[in-house]
Amino acid sequence: MWDHLSLLLVVTPLIAAPLAAILPFGRVPWALAFLVALACAVMAGMQLWTILTGGPIQYELGGWAPPWGIVYRIDEVNALVAMIVSGIAAVALPYALLSAENEIEKHQIPLFYSAVLLCLAGLLGITQTGDIFNLFVFLEISSLSSYALISLGNRRQALTAAYQYLIMGTLGATFFLIGVGLIYSQTGTLNMADLAARLPEATGLKTVHTGFAFIMIGFALKLALFPLHLWLPNAYTYAPSVVTVFLAATATKVALYVILRVLFTVFPDGFVTNTPAGDLFLMAGILAVLSGSFRAIYQSNVKKLLAHSSVAQIGYMAIGLSFASVAGVTASIIHMFNHALMKGALFMAVGAIVYRVGACRMEHLHGLGRQMPWTFGAIIVAGFSLIGVPGTAGFVSKWYLVLAALEQQQWIVVAVILFGSLLAVIYVGKIIEALYFKQATNPELAVEEAPFLLLAPTWILVFANIYFGFDTDLTVGVAERAAQALGVAAK
Amino acid sequence: MDFVVSHYNYLIAIFLMMTGFYTVISRGNLVKKIVGLNIFQVSVFLIYISLSTVKDGVAPIYVEGVKVYSNPLPHVLILTAIVVGVATTALGLALVVRIKEAYGTIEEDEIHSQDNSL
Repeated sequence: MWDHLSLLLVVTPLIAAPLAAILPFGRVPWALAFLVALACAVMAGMQLWTILTGGPIQYELGGWAPPWGIVYRIDEVNALVAMIVSGIAAVALPYALLSAENEIEKHQIPLFYSAVLLCLAGLLGITQTGDIFNLFVFLEISSLSSYALISLGNRRQALTAAYQYLIMGTLGATFFLIGVGLIYSQTGTLNMADLAARLPEATGLKTVHTGFAFIMIGFALKLALFPLHLWLPNAYTYAPSVVTVFLAATATKVALYVILRVLFTVFPDGFVTNTPAGDLFLMAGILAVLSGSFRAIYQSNVKKLLAHSSVAQIGYMAIGLSFASVAGVTASIIHMFNHALMKGALFMAVGAIVYRVGACRMEHLHGLGRQMPWTFGAIIVAGFSLIGVPGTAGFVSKWYLVLAALEQQQWIVVAVILFGSLLAVIYVGKIIEALYFKQATNPELAVEEAPFLLLAPTWILVFANIYFGFDTDLTVGVAERAAQALGVAAK
Repeated sequence: MDFVVSHYNYLIAIFLMMTGFYTVISRGNLVKKIVGLNIFQVSVFLIYISLSTVKDGVAPIYVEGVKVYSNPLPHVLILTAIVVGVATTALGLALVVRIKEAYGTIEEDEIHSQDNSL
């Protein structure tokens, strides 16, 4: 049984997905989804532990050895990303119970959990697989279910947002498919380890460069890297709250993982620095930080504000990986982990407000800080983490990012990172101002604190934000090992 | 001219790819965008199928006395990609139906003028 852990992680949610759809009554589909997510989190934890103590795992599907069969090859990076994805799912599903009942029509609830499980299976599949075409299939499983999940939002803009994401997401996935085809034509393999062995001889070929560009653009679209981020703000704003929590904390992280994997493991050392890719990532990252943060300041919808802030945070991750150094990639991976925690907590807290008030525009928030103190507290702590205040997880990732930039003597980048944090002070401050310092528009209207089932998952993530702000051994240690496992050249 | 003749399958694929891509970007009608997306995807399928050809190779079915076969793997890959494409089209069209119900139109600019969302 333990030998099959890596496969079970993907197969369990995949099998549970149709089951959830045909369980029509009450809260049974939710219970199934929650159990599966919990089981996945436990399995991902065990997998991470096995790898940290015993080195990478190779799992051959159906006993077919590569290059004939598909393999799952899991090292520190996959294991960490799988841990993030299934951990967030396990925390988000208790939250989903009330939030989904509130925002999604009753007859759609079993299908909703079915789509959540499919999305989870797809995302975990992307992290586990060692075959690049298999990755495309899992990508489409997760993407198609996330389009459906976004369209479940209760305003009609959710439909257009899902449509826009479908068009852009499919373009991205097809770009990836073209890239894989071109590289396959030159190497004759789809196995990532074989590709890594054969690509060094083929790096001079134009076809390989073209394929590389297609793969990068395709996944930059899925990652929502500036200027390919246009689908993200609307999708996050109009999706049901719990879907936003789940996607914001997992989908972009998995896309970043694929970019790291292709950039550093599949393609040979120095490919990033010898091609314009590194510079382009750096430029896109800087522009993402600036434009995302500025746009966030001018939003009047809190979910949209946080979505634009996500674009900025993705920029930080892109800056980290553009250095192509161990320090830079480590910072990128740490920020990937920490951003899942902070954005998860923030979107959950905003979802709790939506649960009580029914909307999340700035004017609906006025004075709510006094009436919903626990939700308000969560927003303050997670908001501080987003800014990068010492003592929170956000500080750790900014710190390592600045160190990596200093190592490269990129003074402008250091300035951009610090300036981005200043802008974050402004937009987080705007939320806190509206919650606490503004007079309630309708003082007689008593708003209750959010129910325990919404607060508990939120505070689990908030405590994680504080915990990983102090105990950096786990995140930084694993991230450094992950960066080395990726095969980033030490400088 | 030799180049055109010997690479005609790739040229057709590139032509289809650009046609599809242009349609996705330029058309305001949501159904036409999906049609464009389909053409774009099909062009990629053609590239894969072209890659699998081996000179003088026959279809990859075992025949006595034949030594050279075409590569069957891209065909299998594309079968998967076609299924994915069908699913995407179905979901996209379902969304268009829902958009039509919600907005009464499937023209991008009219939807945009209703609530600035596309």
